[in-house]
Amino acid sequence: MSEATLNTTPLDALNRELGGKMVPFAGYSMPVQFPAGVLSEHLHTRAKAGLFDVSHMGQASLHGAGAAAALEALVPGDMIGLKPGRQRYTLLMTPEGTIMDDLMVANLGNDRLFIVVNASRKHVDLPHIAAHLPAGVTLERHEDRALLALQGPAAVAVLARFAPAVAALPFMGVTPATILGAECLVSRSGYTGEDGVEISIPGDRATDIARALLAEPEVMPIGLGARDSLRLEAGLCLYGNDIDETTNPVEAALTWVIQKRRKIDWSFVGADKVRAMLDNGAPRLRVGIQPEGRAPARGHTEIVDANGARIGEITSGGFGPSCNAPVAMGYVDRAHAADGTAVFLMVRGKPLPARVAPMPFVPHTYVR
Amino acid sequence: MSETRFTKDHEWVRLDGGVATVGITEHAQEALGDVVFVELPEAGREVEEGEACAVVESVKAASDVYSPLAGTVVEANAAIVDEPALVNREATSGAWFFKLRLADESAFAGLMDEAGYEAFLATI
Repeated sequence: MSEATLNTTPLDALNRELGGKMVPFAGYSMPVQFPAGVLSEHLHTRAKAGLFDVSHMGQASLHGAGAAAALEALVPGDMIGLKPGRQRYTLLMTPEGTIMDDLMVANLGNDRLFIVVNASRKHVDLPHIAAHLPAGVTLERHEDRALLALQGPAAVAVLARFAPAVAALPFMGVTPATILGAECLVSRSGYTGEDGVEISIPGDRATDIARALLAEPEVMPIGLGARDSLRLEAGLCLYGNDIDETTNPVEAALTWVIQKRRKIDWSFVGADKVRAMLDNGAPRLRVGIQPEGRAPARGHTEIVDANGARIGEITSGGFGPSCNAPVAMGYVDRAHAADGTAVFLMVRGKPLPARVAPMPFVPHTYVR
Repeated sequence: MSETRFTKDHEWVRLDGGVATVGITEHAQEALGDVVFVELPEAGREVEEGEACAVVESVKAASDVYSPLAGTVVEANAAIVDEPALVNREATSGAWFFKLRLADESAFAGLMDEAGYEAFLATI
């Protein structure tokens, strides 16, 4: 896709002004890094606070009595039991019991759910959801809104200078907040393993608010490069790499997203296939992989056993700046999925020793 | 002072007494970003012109480094294996990758000179 046909976010001019190296991502022109570079941006986020433009992601609301019940038909999560002011990670499912997308759902109260889906999947997800709504429930896209993530140990303290109420927000809590006069929606969540927030902002106010946050001494702009290395160290899936329409949630080690009641009613799209894999065991499992040497193993690297037989594939891999070591995740046959299992990664034709490792590679510091 | 020549793969080459020292250019290290891993050829390896013989990886991606000319590797720079970040700091000096005894010294003159490389960079 040429530069001219790429979409831009409301922060495009600011991203360029800040020296962002712009690359195409999911149909958008997005900053992969700023002048500080991926390594510094990554470490800064874990030490203080990083500001990410994630406005390419799809934001939408479901309105109307029965919105939660309607969404429950499409996802394995407990949506009816999601309390007002709370958010939950869940999955849109295909009839084959595989993952159409992963998403966040927040209950804003008054029969209103707010959802955030992946940029690369919003053209699939939103029509799919809209097609499955009963009379009286409507889907409203928020294409006019920007989304900022402020992540890191100082993130909440920084945002609380503008919106004091966010200091009291629990992990996965959601609250409306007025920031510099703009009506925003703040959730205490993120994609880095750190404490932090995501802030939905009217698009025309996003640049003001981003500038104000960047003016705080703890805050640095962060690109997609560090976003990827941060989420990989945190053991979080990237849709399209680690999960997709060929992946059952059980093999993706995402069984925890199926809340108790949903394992009794099994009433979501594809539930029979998910239940069958839960009963019979997954043939392969998503695991962490820790290379023993210094060479990173990237996505699509073949994983073999001591005899050279193929047992799986890396789906995300690279260098973890906080680990100061290469880290990866991927799928291995069930027999090789136990933590500590010795495996080999075929990097440039050579088998490099590695071990199946618990994730996250860097402990989560969510506020519980 | 020995002359520096360049390739379209963004390597620099300096010739001194039949031995060429090879590294990656400022443009290359900047495009790569923070270098976190380097793999170098062993001394004694014979390489063809254009043969991938070293690897440089940043947080973002892996790239091959190609031999600019045919020859035999006589030395590899262990310092950048131990400290890959040196490639970002001293791309055209201390962070050389390997030294090559050229099979044909006259081939060096066929590489781009600095003005040629600058002109090439302007086209990409």
